[in-house]
Amino acid sequence: MPPTIDRRGAALRGPSAVDVALEVNGERVVVHVPPRRTLLDALREQLGLTGTKKVCDEGTCGACTVLVDGRPVYSCLTLAIACENRRVETIEGLAKDGELHPVQRAFVDTDAFQCGFCTPGQVMSIVALLRTVPQPTEDDVKRAVAGNLCRCGAYPNIVAAGVSAGRRKRT
Amino acid sequence: MNAFSYVRPRTLSDGLRLLRSGASALAGGTDLLGLMKDGLARPELLVDLTGIEGLRGWSRAKGKGLRIGALTPLVELEEAEELHRAMPILRESLRDAATLQLRTMGTVGGNLLQRNRCWYFRDQATACWLKGGTKCFAVEGENRLHAILGAHECVAVAPSDLVPALIAYDAEIALASSRGRRTMKLADLYVAPHGRERREHVLRPGELITEVRVSESALARKGAFQKAMERKAWSFALVSVAAAARIERGVARDVRLVLGGVAPIPWRVVAAERGLEGSGFDEAACAEAADRALQGAAPLRDNGYKLPLARELVRRTLRSLVV
Repeated sequence: MPPTIDRRGAALRGPSAVDVALEVNGERVVVHVPPRRTLLDALREQLGLTGTKKVCDEGTCGACTVLVDGRPVYSCLTLAIACENRRVETIEGLAKDGELHPVQRAFVDTDAFQCGFCTPGQVMSIVALLRTVPQPTEDDVKRAVAGNLCRCGAYPNIVAAGVSAGRRKRT
Repeated sequence: MNAFSYVRPRTLSDGLRLLRSGASALAGGTDLLGLMKDGLARPELLVDLTGIEGLRGWSRAKGKGLRIGALTPLVELEEAEELHRAMPILRESLRDAATLQLRTMGTVGGNLLQRNRCWYFRDQATACWLKGGTKCFAVEGENRLHAILGAHECVAVAPSDLVPALIAYDAEIALASSRGRRTMKLADLYVAPHGRERREHVLRPGELITEVRVSESALARKGAFQKAMERKAWSFALVSVAAAARIERGVARDVRLVLGGVAPIPWRVVAAERGLEGSGFDEAACAEAADRALQGAAPLRDNGYKLPLARELVRRTLRSLVV
């Protein structure tokens, strides 16, 4: 449906579905969603990117963490339409040519998960941290993942993964 | 979440015009989307403010104090080194506010206007007094996080960490609506819900906060912020304390003491401030101020622990200004 133009020119969109252009993991995509669709649901249901997990769906647990314009956000409290033309990165975009991202590799090496449900969010938070703090301390990592809950209690190894990923050379 | 239309204006005047018809303003969405998912807000139109030029970022012109745009993400205030040197209490108060994700999304204006976290208020099925019902269920119910001071019909507490810090620096806010502009002291934005005022602030319909201002003279103060939480991270304040003063040759002037998490509004304690005026924040003066800060406290069944907690946190925060 074409946008309704109010009399001074601002484009009112919705409430029915509209086309929203996003950049997801380096690719330009268009999703057809109503304005109330969260980025989380658009990723999972429109784009089939189910690596980003839906758990609390109210901005409490961090399982839905993705990067928007390089910064970690809760995709469950973000509207897809508000991300128009912005850069979204999810767990699916990290591995390149069959090679795990250094943060993913560090999670494997330090056994930084049990059930694995919080892992994509934890990994995305640490990926964002390493871009601004390439060699983080334990405290840096703890602060970066404070908004990612792990009900299994794998925290010590998650922190260790973050610190050791910082020591690795990016391949 | 109800269905709604969405618009992202480019200018403040377009935004204000669109908000005239009862639309809701969207910035970071960290509070509004939660309220919408819980059915507590059902806007027909969301006006996304994030495309508006000129409301993001901060500046400090020489001698003219600090100006912070309302759309500035909290994380930008936390990270800016220059700002940290000018007003360290900003980073101190934001470091343990919510989580990095929420501080990345959330804006200054949204933080100032966030709704309270009372579980009865947040539960759609509970017709509490603040939502138009006849009683506050927290008074006789689960109230360990609720107010010990200054409450009327509603005992929910003011949740922000940033706000007490800003009030300790006498921050002002600039407001705009399609009918005009005004400024007020940030402290005057807040009201303890009572009588017909079933809301936490006096913002008018269709009005936006555009800017927060801190005067050059207030920036000369030394400040401190401390927060007590149930755990070391990702928790609202059980009690928070912001204190500030100009300290010249060991003598305190322009003392400010503001508590969060204890009252329906940011709780400024003028009686305690007066007692500290001219003091050197010695042990005795700080302890006396801590007692004064809790004067008139009326704890509920489960939140009596906030009294000794607040008393000690006030004492420590004040002492930290000189030791």
